[in-house]
Amino acid sequence: MENENKIQYIYGIADNALILGQRLSELCGHGPNLETDIAMTNMALDLLGQTRSYYQYVAQLSGDEKTEDDIAFLRTERQYKNVLLVEQPNRHFGYVITRQFFYDVFHLLLLQELQNSSDETLSAIAKKGIKEVSYHQRFSSDWIKRLGDGTEESHQKVQEAINDLWRFTDELFHMTDDDDIAMQNNIGVNTIVLKEKYIQTIEGVFEEATLAIPETKWFQKGGKQGVHSEHMGYLLSDLQYMQRVYPNMKW
Amino acid sequence: MSEKEVKNLEEIFDQRIARDEKIEPRDWMPEKYRKTHIRQISQHAHSEIVGMLPEGNWISRAPSMRRKVALLAKVQDEAGHGLYLYSACETLGISRDELYEQLHTGKAKYSSIFNYPTITWADIGAIGWLVDGAAIINQVPLCSTSYGPYARAMVRVCKEESFHQRQGYEIMMTLAKGTPEQKELAQDALNRWWWPSLMMLGPTDAESVHTEQSMKWKLKRKTNDELRQQFIDQTVPQADLIGLTIPDPDLKWNEKTGHYDFGEINWDEFWQVVKGHGPCNKERLSARVNAWKEGEWVRDAAMAYAEKQNIKKLKKVI
Repeated sequence: MENENKIQYIYGIADNALILGQRLSELCGHGPNLETDIAMTNMALDLLGQTRSYYQYVAQLSGDEKTEDDIAFLRTERQYKNVLLVEQPNRHFGYVITRQFFYDVFHLLLLQELQNSSDETLSAIAKKGIKEVSYHQRFSSDWIKRLGDGTEESHQKVQEAINDLWRFTDELFHMTDDDDIAMQNNIGVNTIVLKEKYIQTIEGVFEEATLAIPETKWFQKGGKQGVHSEHMGYLLSDLQYMQRVYPNMKW
Repeated sequence: MSEKEVKNLEEIFDQRIARDEKIEPRDWMPEKYRKTHIRQISQHAHSEIVGMLPEGNWISRAPSMRRKVALLAKVQDEAGHGLYLYSACETLGISRDELYEQLHTGKAKYSSIFNYPTITWADIGAIGWLVDGAAIINQVPLCSTSYGPYARAMVRVCKEESFHQRQGYEIMMTLAKGTPEQKELAQDALNRWWWPSLMMLGPTDAESVHTEQSMKWKLKRKTNDELRQQFIDQTVPQADLIGLTIPDPDLKWNEKTGHYDFGEINWDEFWQVVKGHGPCNKERLSARVNAWKEGEWVRDAAMAYAEKQNIKKLKKVI
């Protein structure tokens, strides 16, 4: 039972890394210039690397024959526990950077807490991830500033992305039942307390970038319960294609 | 400069090349040498960048986490190769923007092999094994070519390509040892990629217009036909080892020559693809042009921001 809670808790973190890594890897070869292309692929590689560490740990906790690939490729849509933010499509570079920035700021705060987890494996994965995610946040904040305080067009485009994606940020701090249990067992993080710092960081970067958080009280949620956006099914069709068409084979 | 002085410089230049000395960006070089190198290095850089597309096509659908990460890293390596090759090319007095312009308008060429589609996962294995295999054969001699920046870039490129080639072969081996369906995927990919890979080594010596001059400058050490033979001799035993059949009924070992004899290459197909009418020429070029166009506002923003930051810094100093 405790393992089952831990597994669900890990999905809540790891699935974000998988889905965001998948979205970023769709861009490989299509970046605005070579340097940015290479940097975004680096972030995709980091996220997919983190995903593998989490899933390998889940496979170990499950105690059956399950592998990281079964976990990554053979769950049904409702079993993926990523937030809605990370599954949003790559509409243009402004969306890609805003999505990344909104996630990176949260991700770093989360890992900084998760490194204190009583679970040694999770703590170790978090420690390794902090270095990587600090770089991600630097990359995405720098681009937010360039786009926000660049040209009129870039300012307008990135503000448009912010206005569209802000509604998905509140879900990052929602605690599911599994999150609560993991927190009580000193395994998981209380994400509610991260929110203040999150908003402060975003506001700081936005101020420099001459951008603004939209004024809205309405937010979207559901990903953490496996209720995803319409984009998710298509993403999974790509992700799972080989494993579904050629089941039970070694690659 | 008088004609006599130029002639004198040319003689000294030729002697330096004959002594295997490296030519560096600030050294005097004949205009033809500069132009030929811009053409070849940029063609090579464009091939790396366009080459990201057919393989990138399978990143989102790779069959396992391990394969996904390896493929992503491989395609990223190609971007890195493009970066150092464009930089090497820029030392010859041309900008990256100008080079892109040549690619986007169709003035510059890239390797025709990337105009074939990747329709199954096995194509990723076949590209690594055959296409990277043929590329290495083309490229290893370039590590000792006369132009310094190109030679040094190629040392690194070749190390990574050889890793990619082993990775591709390992994908093929896994498929060939897998289920009958997997073996069929592998054989089908070999059937489709074999002949285009042979064409990668270039037209036959009789048709090759640049060979003689390139040999003199050590841009080439062996002729196209010699390289092709080397590729075939090296690859056939690798196919045998994993139980795949090379799709050439005329292929057989020749005791006398110590090489494999092979069938006639379809040069009509080669020229069709080179001239822009292969299965994916239009798609590849438009993918590059779109990425560049869609990225314009982003690059403009970065420039504008950098200027604003510079002005701020200057104001502080004052």
